[in-house]
Amino acid sequence: MSDKKYWQSFAELNDKENFQKRSQDEFLEDLPFEDQDGKGWLDAKSPRRDFLKYLGFSTAAATIASCKQPVRKAIPYVNRPENVAPGVAKYYATTYVQSGDVLPIVAKVRDGRPIKIEGNDLCSYTKGGTSARVQASVLDLYDTNRLTHPKQKTGDKFQEVPTYEQLDKLVTSALSGLGGAPVVLLTGTIVSPSTQQVISEFLGKYPGSRHVQYDAMSYSGMLLANEASFGRRAIPSYRFDRAKVIVSLGADFLGTWLNPVEFGRAYSYNRKIDERNPQMSKHYQFESYLSLTGSNADERYSHRPSDTGAVALALYAALGGQVAAPSIADEKLRQGIQKAAADLKANSGAALVVCGSNDPNVQLVVNAINSAIGSNGSTIDWAQPLLVKQGIDKDMVDLVGQMNAGQVGALLVYDANPAYEYFDSAAFINGLKKVKLSVSFNEKMDETTLLCNYSVPTHHFLESWGDAEPKAGYISFMQPTIAPLFKTRPFQTSLLKWAGSNTDYETYFRQYWLGRLGGEQAFDKALQDGVLEGAAPATVTSGGASFNGSGIGNAVAQINANKKAGKDELVIYESVPLGSGKQGGNPWLLELHDPITKATWGNYAMISMTKAEELGIDYKSTDYEYYPEKPVIKITLNNKEVSLPALVIPGMNANTIAIAVGYGRNKELGVASFGIGQNVYPFARFNGTTVEHYAPVTVAGETFGKEKIAQVQIHNSYEGRTEVVKETTMATFKKYPKRYTEFREELAKEYAPKTGDFRKEATLYGDHVQPGLKWGMSIDMNSCIGCGACVVACHLENNVPIVGKKEVLRAHEMYWLRIDRYFVSDDQNPDDLKAVVFQPMLCQHCDNAPCENVCPVAATMHNSEGINQMAYNRCIGTRYCANNCPYKVRRFNWADYTGADSFKDNQKPLVEEGKLDEVVLQMNDDLTRMVLNPDVVVRSRGVMEKCSFCIQRTQEAKLKAKLENRVLVDGDAKTACMQACPTSAIIFGNANDQNSQVSQLRKNNPGRLFYVIEQIHTLPNVSYLAKVRNTDELQENVEEHAEAEHAGQNAEPGIPSEHKAEEKAAH
Amino acid sequence: MIFFKPNAKKIALTGIVFLLSFTAVLAQDGKQLFAANCQTCHSLTKDLTGPALAGVTERGPWGDRKNLHAWVHNPAAFMANNAYAKGLQAKFGSVMPSFPQLAEKDIDAIIDYVMTPPAQPTGGEATAGGQAAAEEEASNKNAIIFGIISIILALIALILMQVNSGLKKLSDDKENIVRPEPVPFYRNKVYIAMFALVLFVVGGYLVGKGAINLGRQKGYQPDQPIAFSHKVHAGVNQINCLYCHGNAWESKHAAIPSMNVCMNCHKAISTYEKGPKLYHPDGEEINGTNEIAKLYKYANYTAGQPWDASKAKPVEWVKIHNLPDHVFFSHAQHVNAGKVQCQTCHGNIQEMDVVKQQAELSMGWCINCHRETKVNFNDKADGSGNKFYSIYEKFHNDLKSGKMDSVTVKDIGGLECQKCHY
Repeated sequence: MSDKKYWQSFAELNDKENFQKRSQDEFLEDLPFEDQDGKGWLDAKSPRRDFLKYLGFSTAAATIASCKQPVRKAIPYVNRPENVAPGVAKYYATTYVQSGDVLPIVAKVRDGRPIKIEGNDLCSYTKGGTSARVQASVLDLYDTNRLTHPKQKTGDKFQEVPTYEQLDKLVTSALSGLGGAPVVLLTGTIVSPSTQQVISEFLGKYPGSRHVQYDAMSYSGMLLANEASFGRRAIPSYRFDRAKVIVSLGADFLGTWLNPVEFGRAYSYNRKIDERNPQMSKHYQFESYLSLTGSNADERYSHRPSDTGAVALALYAALGGQVAAPSIADEKLRQGIQKAAADLKANSGAALVVCGSNDPNVQLVVNAINSAIGSNGSTIDWAQPLLVKQGIDKDMVDLVGQMNAGQVGALLVYDANPAYEYFDSAAFINGLKKVKLSVSFNEKMDETTLLCNYSVPTHHFLESWGDAEPKAGYISFMQPTIAPLFKTRPFQTSLLKWAGSNTDYETYFRQYWLGRLGGEQAFDKALQDGVLEGAAPATVTSGGASFNGSGIGNAVAQINANKKAGKDELVIYESVPLGSGKQGGNPWLLELHDPITKATWGNYAMISMTKAEELGIDYKSTDYEYYPEKPVIKITLNNKEVSLPALVIPGMNANTIAIAVGYGRNKELGVASFGIGQNVYPFARFNGTTVEHYAPVTVAGETFGKEKIAQVQIHNSYEGRTEVVKETTMATFKKYPKRYTEFREELAKEYAPKTGDFRKEATLYGDHVQPGLKWGMSIDMNSCIGCGACVVACHLENNVPIVGKKEVLRAHEMYWLRIDRYFVSDDQNPDDLKAVVFQPMLCQHCDNAPCENVCPVAATMHNSEGINQMAYNRCIGTRYCANNCPYKVRRFNWADYTGADSFKDNQKPLVEEGKLDEVVLQMNDDLTRMVLNPDVVVRSRGVMEKCSFCIQRTQEAKLKAKLENRVLVDGDAKTACMQACPTSAIIFGNANDQNSQVSQLRKNNPGRLFYVIEQIHTLPNVSYLAKVRNTDELQENVEEHAEAEHAGQNAEPGIPSEHKAEEKAAH
Repeated sequence: MIFFKPNAKKIALTGIVFLLSFTAVLAQDGKQLFAANCQTCHSLTKDLTGPALAGVTERGPWGDRKNLHAWVHNPAAFMANNAYAKGLQAKFGSVMPSFPQLAEKDIDAIIDYVMTPPAQPTGGEATAGGQAAAEEEASNKNAIIFGIISIILALIALILMQVNSGLKKLSDDKENIVRPEPVPFYRNKVYIAMFALVLFVVGGYLVGKGAINLGRQKGYQPDQPIAFSHKVHAGVNQINCLYCHGNAWESKHAAIPSMNVCMNCHKAISTYEKGPKLYHPDGEEINGTNEIAKLYKYANYTAGQPWDASKAKPVEWVKIHNLPDHVFFSHAQHVNAGKVQCQTCHGNIQEMDVVKQQAELSMGWCINCHRETKVNFNDKADGSGNKFYSIYEKFHNDLKSGKMDSVTVKDIGGLECQKCHY
């Protein structure tokens, strides 16, 4: 009865046969043979004889060159620092801070260079979780586009200021010559208590000066609403772990909203299932586009962005609020609201409503809802307010007004880039011209720095001392993990100097904390741990959980007065990889696939299926999906317009177009981000109080040609095996808890009739034995939210190369670990998404691996610990293994992306020819290469690569245990993906140890345990736990399943035809 | 742990790998204990980091052995109540670390040793490595002899063939049979073909062999910026390898010691006097004192003055043992976990004035050792095996039942690619 279907692309959904046929082509494009004009090979640009000549010459030259042994030098320390052993990694606790995003981390430092970021386990609310952006931040340290010294602008050009003494003299004299005009310090949200004190000292020195905080994606609406409701301009802590029912009104709290790492962890806490008593939280999402959070929701409803207020009001009314709710036309949405309201009411005290709107009126209604369902004090914690976003839009708008009126004497900019991210950047740029003195402390030559008089770059956070207080009372410390690479200076030191103080920030910071902590010992301990929880907040603010609903009436009136304008609406959002765009030049993030669209390198317009049909986009054809060229649409708002290729995404609100911010950067920011995507910040609007992130627009299509989007989803085909993912509903799972177990039993019955031992009997090959360790991994698809932290962590740990957009377009991306995205819907109605399933896919380390049998040179083989090994030096690049891999996880290295060969810039000709992107050269730079992990070899062109189960880490863990003369314990060896995961979805360990986490997970979850396409007898060492959605939908198809089983009896042994059966069963 | 036996030959052979203070002391030889615990800071006859120890019992409170025991076990505590010991700290600038693990009888053994005049170290005999080298030399000689014989035989065959054709021509002339003028041998296609074939086979063999050896540098013995003699340090003075190369114990790199390690002793030792004469491989004699002077130049140190490490310049040593980047090799794994002696791979380094690469450091060489080397398995009655291996249930059963007599590195996966290549 259920028509459930898993699909990755529209073409697959609509024309499966044709699509699969096409996917079997080895190359997406025509091959560049030069014989096309029929002149014959000898007349080609490089004829065969020339080829042989070159071959002979280069062989001889290489031989002669390699005959001489180079003399290698070994230069030891003069005075080896205590506790530093060359070749042994050190770990230092520090903190990732970027425009209010704060995460306690531990930096792995090898021979003086930070090379990897790990979460800090001591932090009570992240427990070592990280995000993709945090993982990638170490590459920003070695960015070739960082500013290396202070500069002064003369005319149109920046010139170096040779010393900081000279700079200080220049700036202080300019500051004192302002003639009383105010000095304004414009920053992102400052979460550092010591920096706040530095700032107040600086401001004290210049009367009339002030500090303006400004967030690119603003949370002013919430701050103002909370001030009205609770008397506190702050954001409380949200306790998703205490919530049994979560309703999100457009808040992407798992992807980008406030502190997604914390929320992801807490959210997954109630999504892990105990099979003996299956229970999980229920998550409703009301949103306009398909966000990461929405795709994880149990029930999801879409509406126009401008209807958020109406939805909130309707929900409030359904909960018994005495308000006049606007009528909701959409029947499905209306029912959804009723259902959510009923659930909220039933779980009063364990329910939570969050809202992503930046309209204070909407947030006021949400506050009223939360107070009606008893969230305050239970799921909303006012004792530890979040301090990560403090910018008030009005302040910024006022500032720009004053700048334009010539009322600002000096503008000092730190950690903010209004020339790019401010909604009215033209006004800001105009105003900046009228400011006498402008100084930018930003690390790179971004759009704002370019316009300032002075550029005084600050340190990267890995080079800095500092502190951060993301939640009141939760302090996280920063200590330098490397000496400053360039002639940069902490911006706090600059402020102190310009305030006439002689101390630098390092001393200041030390004194500040020695004073607060009361002694060296406590200070050292705090630095060592990196986190200090339960500290007395520096500033105690009064007010709290008592809700004052007096403003509601007015808010309701304003929401109801809000008239829709225009047919279509554009919503600008932060993408999961790039966020607000602060790390916009980071190649790792640019190449990270967006969890929903699976697109890399650039932004695009997400449109609904209805809109696509309206615009005449034939998204159902195989060509649309197969070729990267997508039709460009033009979006216009008054005099602003943007043209971007359109991606059709199911589950979007019909009239909503969504575009990510953070793209369309200037050239000075680097080759990686230049020329990809468009900046859509100008589409934000100021409504008099706050900035709104949606706007009514007009959309035009058809006539604007096509542009390429580097999407990776269709690069790997499972040849129609749809049972790769397993997903069910709570109701079904409760009724048929053994469905997947039975499938396994059936397999054993059919293919191992004698012994019942599927592993041994159902194959012609012998069994591999693992006498000691057997590494295994368990991935809980219920916990996986698809955030991509593991993908970036894998890149860092294993020196996985960045290939650039052109190469991704040719399906040459190198991910060792990818996250596959599957849409789940009815056969008939793909737009009505039931769920989106994320499946991290990596080498399954099969015990009966199809790749091992086909390698002609035995470059890939099994080891005695259950790992499918890959010997790069033995590989000759036939790619047979990749062809034979049912999981499509092997990657062929097509170019020397990371500079493995000894010739400098050997990829330059390819870049000049336009075959490779310039970013490959950036990744080949000596500075960038400092990020490489010295324990993992850099692969060269022409070899196959794949996940190694982080063998360098398992080897290290084993060595450590041997050195300590003890048994390896669970948790000694963690793969990079496991360590990065904020929700502990990935668990790795010794499967031979019955007490290890991975064994326990497999043992305790028999009902959800599955191995991907296990019927083909690959015997993977990676197991998955099926995803369960918390809905009442019952999927009755067991009988059919059993029946279908018999249909496959004639199949060859070893290659059973269950996938057909399973496919049917899935329908 | 491997311990020195009171046997000069063995000492010379096994060298001096282990000194770390957690060594379970079994051997009672004072000299050995001295070498293992004291030598890094004390000489018998000269003040180094600590005072010269000869005649120690005749000074200060040390006449009473109880005082000595107390001092060695806890110098700081002893010093608190003893003016003489305080004077020592003033003189040497630091306090001796405590050695609580040394039993009183061990301390006595050390004192007995330092109070007797030192005996001259005896030299080692021809080593296994030497024998191997000799064998290889012999086989090389054989190859040359065989080669010469083959060439002579080939020449004889060629001459005979020429003679044969000449005779044939003569007889033909006699019988007036007209034959075409014979082709000279260098234009004879059969000869050329044969020659080409031989050239191809021999050339191919040599090229192949040469290519395999590309990047290998067995026997590499470059000149170093300072003629540092391992023989003097590790051989004659018995300094434990790990005193300088302590990094090998915990890290993948053995690491060349930093200059402060050199200066630890050489602040006091400024001349080379009593040891054996030093020779460069080409026979030239090396003046040890001059070499120490070179070190001082790098260190920017004037004898008798305090040393400021920040003004020193690092020595750019020439790296001898080099593994390609695609090989992961960990000294800690081999030296610390595997208890392999330095000499196994580096040869008798304690006899080398100038270090020479002894082993091929090729994959075959590694693999052979992994095939043969027994793992310190957790099956020893005395519990001395590594507990890590207790999880290998199957092997333990096989060892018990006698199916296996020992577990080699190969059995625990030592031949697998990704043990070293990742």
